[in-house]
Amino acid sequence: MTDMIEVPLHAVAHSRAGDKGNRCNLSLMPYDPRLYPLLAEQVTEARVLDLFRHRGATRVTRHDLPLLHAFNFVVDDVLEGGVNGSLNLDGHGKTQSFRLLSLTVSLPRDLLQG
Amino acid sequence: MSTPFLVGNGAGFSGDRVDAPIPVVRSLVRRGLPAALFFETLGERTVALAQLERRRDPELGYEPMLERLLEPVLRDCVAHRIPILGNFGAANPPAAARLVARLALRLGLPECRIAVVTGDDVTASIVLDQLPVHEADDSLDMKSARLVSANAYIGAAPLVEALRQGADVVVAGRTSDPALAIAPLVHHFGWSFADWEKLAIGAACGHLLECGSQVTGGVFWDPGVKDIPEPWNIGFPIAEVTAEGGLLITKPEDTGGIVDLRTVKEQLLYELHDPSRYITPDVVLDISGCSLEQVGKDRVAVHGLRGHPAPDSLKVTACFEGTWLGEGEVSVAGPNALARARATAEVLHRRLEMRGLPVRARVDLIGVASVHDSDSGALWRAYEGPEPPEVRIRLAAEGADRDAVDQAAREVLALLCCGTAGTGGARWRLTPRILTRSYLVLRERVPTGVTVRTAREMAA
Repeated sequence: MTDMIEVPLHAVAHSRAGDKGNRCNLSLMPYDPRLYPLLAEQVTEARVLDLFRHRGATRVTRHDLPLLHAFNFVVDDVLEGGVNGSLNLDGHGKTQSFRLLSLTVSLPRDLLQG
Repeated sequence: MSTPFLVGNGAGFSGDRVDAPIPVVRSLVRRGLPAALFFETLGERTVALAQLERRRDPELGYEPMLERLLEPVLRDCVAHRIPILGNFGAANPPAAARLVARLALRLGLPECRIAVVTGDDVTASIVLDQLPVHEADDSLDMKSARLVSANAYIGAAPLVEALRQGADVVVAGRTSDPALAIAPLVHHFGWSFADWEKLAIGAACGHLLECGSQVTGGVFWDPGVKDIPEPWNIGFPIAEVTAEGGLLITKPEDTGGIVDLRTVKEQLLYELHDPSRYITPDVVLDISGCSLEQVGKDRVAVHGLRGHPAPDSLKVTACFEGTWLGEGEVSVAGPNALARARATAEVLHRRLEMRGLPVRARVDLIGVASVHDSDSGALWRAYEGPEPPEVRIRLAAEGADRDAVDQAAREVLALLCCGTAGTGGARWRLTPRILTRSYLVLRERVPTGVTVRTAREMAA
């Protein structure tokens, strides 16, 4: 049985946030392409929605880009009104990529040491 | 393979590093290939803020850093036939062009040809109520809304016309960002505006370059995790494009930053929703079959781009006068800082309630939870981590009543005497807000125009 280890996404992947109105998109790319299918299994729309529910997020859509080994999460209604209406210091939601990177995943130890 | 055309970027937003264009132009000149340089300095609301400036002074309302951006590079660009394109005209392209003409004369370039692109400003020409709404701010009440500006995102065609007329500097307002890269490519290679595959290359080139350093290491570097050379000196991007549609991203040799698969992926997906439908006025870009290849140090080739026909409609973004935003901050530090910060937050909410101020308010505990938090402070209220050495308490309040918002923000100031022990460092400010609503308009209802004149003619 493979030895699994729990790590934050930040240890194995990178991300960038962008905005359009009250919607945020978060890219997610594993550094090691071998992790792509494992992240596809574990970083689900439901888990990402849970991360942003406290801010009123209503829906998450994940677009998969297997050739780039990348995911694009589109999170609706997460920016508390968007840059024009939000009281948040970061109305654009640029810092939200690192909230996504705080999510933990469970990965085989041998893949992490490769 | 044919001789590539180089597209350089000199700014990714209004507020970018003003010395960034210098190494880009140095590299374009050194390489001696046909090239163009573009500046993207116009955000969605920047045009409304610029419109307010223009109302104050008819000679203002364009990118405030324009002269600083162009002065060090204009002479070299004119001398080496590297046209400069920018949406730095913002709400007042004619005034921006006059500034460029004065600068050109001062630099001894009286024959510098300056184009003004018009047509994007539809504030007076289109009745918005009759258009379908694309997206809108929830808090926008159209019954009382006062329009500040309405601008259509126009495509590359008028920019190409300006280049055909020999423009050295093309001053535009609200063009789409990718159009600034599409235009010089269409002009140079003679691509058709119906060749979706080629236009897709141009749109991807514009998309990857439009945020400047974001594809060469900006908002990418993460110390100890994703390090880049010389983050204080990030080289802004240069694209190499071939007639056949080859696209490669690189940067000036003598700069910091990095171009690799990671930086290009991050920027490729930036502000993208459905990867198969990135809508621009000139083409719908489809990156769902895209792949990347590192072909050298700081050189990444982009493959597999596809294009679909351009939409019949253009996006019009209308900006309205919004509510007022009041903000105030104070700090606490040292023993018991977290308890003092939490108590201060409760007191601020209590004060607003006691005084019956008609505002919507939020308190952040900066250093515990703020940018990731919600208006209700769900994260800092639930925080159970270690005692922070310092916390900055921030109140944000908004409302239609300017005085009420001002009074709310001043409650933070009052904490200098009424607050917890060891409260200090108060700051507060009041700013007007802009709300936006975007519509779709048939493209034939947005006629565009171009005038090209030399600096000498403009001064006469």
